[in-house]
Amino acid sequence: MSSILAEILDAAKTVRAIAQGMAVTLSYIPKRKLTRQYPDVPVELYPRFRGEHYLARDENGKERCVACFLCSAACPADAIYIEADEDLRPYAERPGMEPRYARVYNIDYGRCILCGYCVEACPKDAIKHGHNFEMAVTNFADLVKDKQYLLSNLEREKTRNLTLRSDAE
Amino acid sequence: MASLRHSNVIELDYAPQRKIRELLREQSALDNAITISMGPQHPSTHGVLRLELILDGETVISAKPDIGYLHTGMEKQMETKKYQQNIVITDRMDYLNPMGNNLGYVMTVEKLLGITHDIPPRAQTLRVLLTELQRIASHLVWLGTHALDLGAMSLFFYCFREREKILNIYEAVCGGRMTVSYFRVGGLPYDVPPNFNRLVRDFLDEFPAALREYHTLLTNNPIFQKRTRGVGILSGEDAIALGVTGPTLRGSGIAHDVRRAEPYCGYETYDFDIPVERDGDVYARYLVRMREMEESLKICRQALDRLKPGPIKVDSPKIVLPDREQMKHQMDALIHHFLLAAYGFSVPPGEAYHAIEGSKGELGFYIISDGTERPFRCHVRGPSFVNLQAIPKLCQGALLADVVAIIGSLDIVLGEIDR
Ligand code: SF4
Ligand code: SF4
Repeated sequence: MSSILAEILDAAKTVRAIAQGMAVTLSYIPKRKLTRQYPDVPVELYPRFRGEHYLARDENGKERCVACFLCSAACPADAIYIEADEDLRPYAERPGMEPRYARVYNIDYGRCILCGYCVEACPKDAIKHGHNFEMAVTNFADLVKDKQYLLSNLEREKTRNLTLRSDAE
Repeated sequence: MASLRHSNVIELDYAPQRKIRELLREQSALDNAITISMGPQHPSTHGVLRLELILDGETVISAKPDIGYLHTGMEKQMETKKYQQNIVITDRMDYLNPMGNNLGYVMTVEKLLGITHDIPPRAQTLRVLLTELQRIASHLVWLGTHALDLGAMSLFFYCFREREKILNIYEAVCGGRMTVSYFRVGGLPYDVPPNFNRLVRDFLDEFPAALREYHTLLTNNPIFQKRTRGVGILSGEDAIALGVTGPTLRGSGIAHDVRRAEPYCGYETYDFDIPVERDGDVYARYLVRMREMEESLKICRQALDRLKPGPIKVDSPKIVLPDREQMKHQMDALIHHFLLAAYGFSVPPGEAYHAIEGSKGELGFYIISDGTERPFRCHVRGPSFVNLQAIPKLCQGALLADVVAIIGSLDIVLGEIDR
């Protein structure tokens, strides 16, 4: 007799626990959903998000990079390849860059781990993290991005499917 | 075509396998024992762990973990990189606890450099705050997947919802969500953003309600209790003999926590408890981790209250990069910046071991320096790797379905086991 009673009590306890659990789960049905319907809705990112880099220009539109190789020396993944060159003509004749500039500036996104060490190392603020994260390609070789691509990346970001949050107080 | 195919046939020698199988049969002393492979692609093994199970019907006679499917050679790789660069490698070991890994590594290098006590208070407090948040995030992933393995689906989403908030804080602080690389030898690379206090405060205010929800769903649920109580019992002596640490050890009644035993980063000044449970079963480990989240919450509150503006790195231009503004205007700062970015810093010869309490147990780094700017050897004492050794002991005599609960309760991350 007592064992039957214990069984019934046990069953009642189980039913109660399940009802409590279901109450939590079901209470979520009318609530606002947290899921963001990316890509229909753009992703929200904080300004410090480390995405695909861009090469910066200064206020006169001149390339900032002076091919000092610090970014490639600091890079833990050896992702940056630079070839330096010099152009000693007067500034008016030179296309917008410093007398010493990077003839080739490639970042291999097959290697890059988006750690931000290059940004930290650059003394000229020439390389910066953008916010693009849609970097998938169908051909492996396309992961190597050249200087022209990186220079225009800041412009390109405006067309990307993302918005920036504020990190102000 | 046919002849080609014939010539390509390789005669496989099955003798070794047969021998092993025979040996195993003898070991089990049972003719009807069967050997099955659980994993490496099994949803409940949390990564690529393979368990070789010998079963008698539903009962496990022996379980043998087989690791190495994720081997990346990280320890070896660390010998080829500069000290500052190695931080990014530690992120990828235990990918659920990257802040903790960063902290363990940088503190070991700081010990070698002898600057442990020079780290400014703001950097110390931020380190504590961020690693405690990481502990909560790591425990949330454990809770979600553990419950998912045992059939509670909705909890998984609620856990990841809260974890998302922590990852958002990380994104705001350093730009990375899982691969943070935020701590540096000598302090922090840059300060937290202006909205940091509000973000953390919001999370700390919201989290207790979520924690109550998890308790409602699991703690008193008889189905969950039946799956976890009395399953996978690890006695205190066995736990010590196997060297397990962290919540797995504290679930067996041993109150050992590195934060208390060998305090670092000023943990001795925080007021928190070390949760301990006596039973040593899966449920006890569950309770320990649940209570640990509350304690971490307590530490986070205290850390946030004592966060005062101040310097974030040691005043040692040969080790930490100079202030960016200084670097652009002062020659000596620029020279230091160049030397550090290009060559790194050299560390005096010697060896050091430093352990922190990671989310899964004692996480130690052992580094030997030969006086250059790259470590001569770096060894990691990973808690997951050591805790995994308890599996043969715990699974013996358990039911096959309990193996899932046992693996889940150990909270292992294969990235750290294989390194
Ligand atoms: S983000 Fe890191 S890995 Fe990528 S290029 Fe810069 S330094 Fe190298
Ligand atoms: S991007 Fe910066 S660090 Fe890299 S070569 Fe150019 S100036 Fe030097």
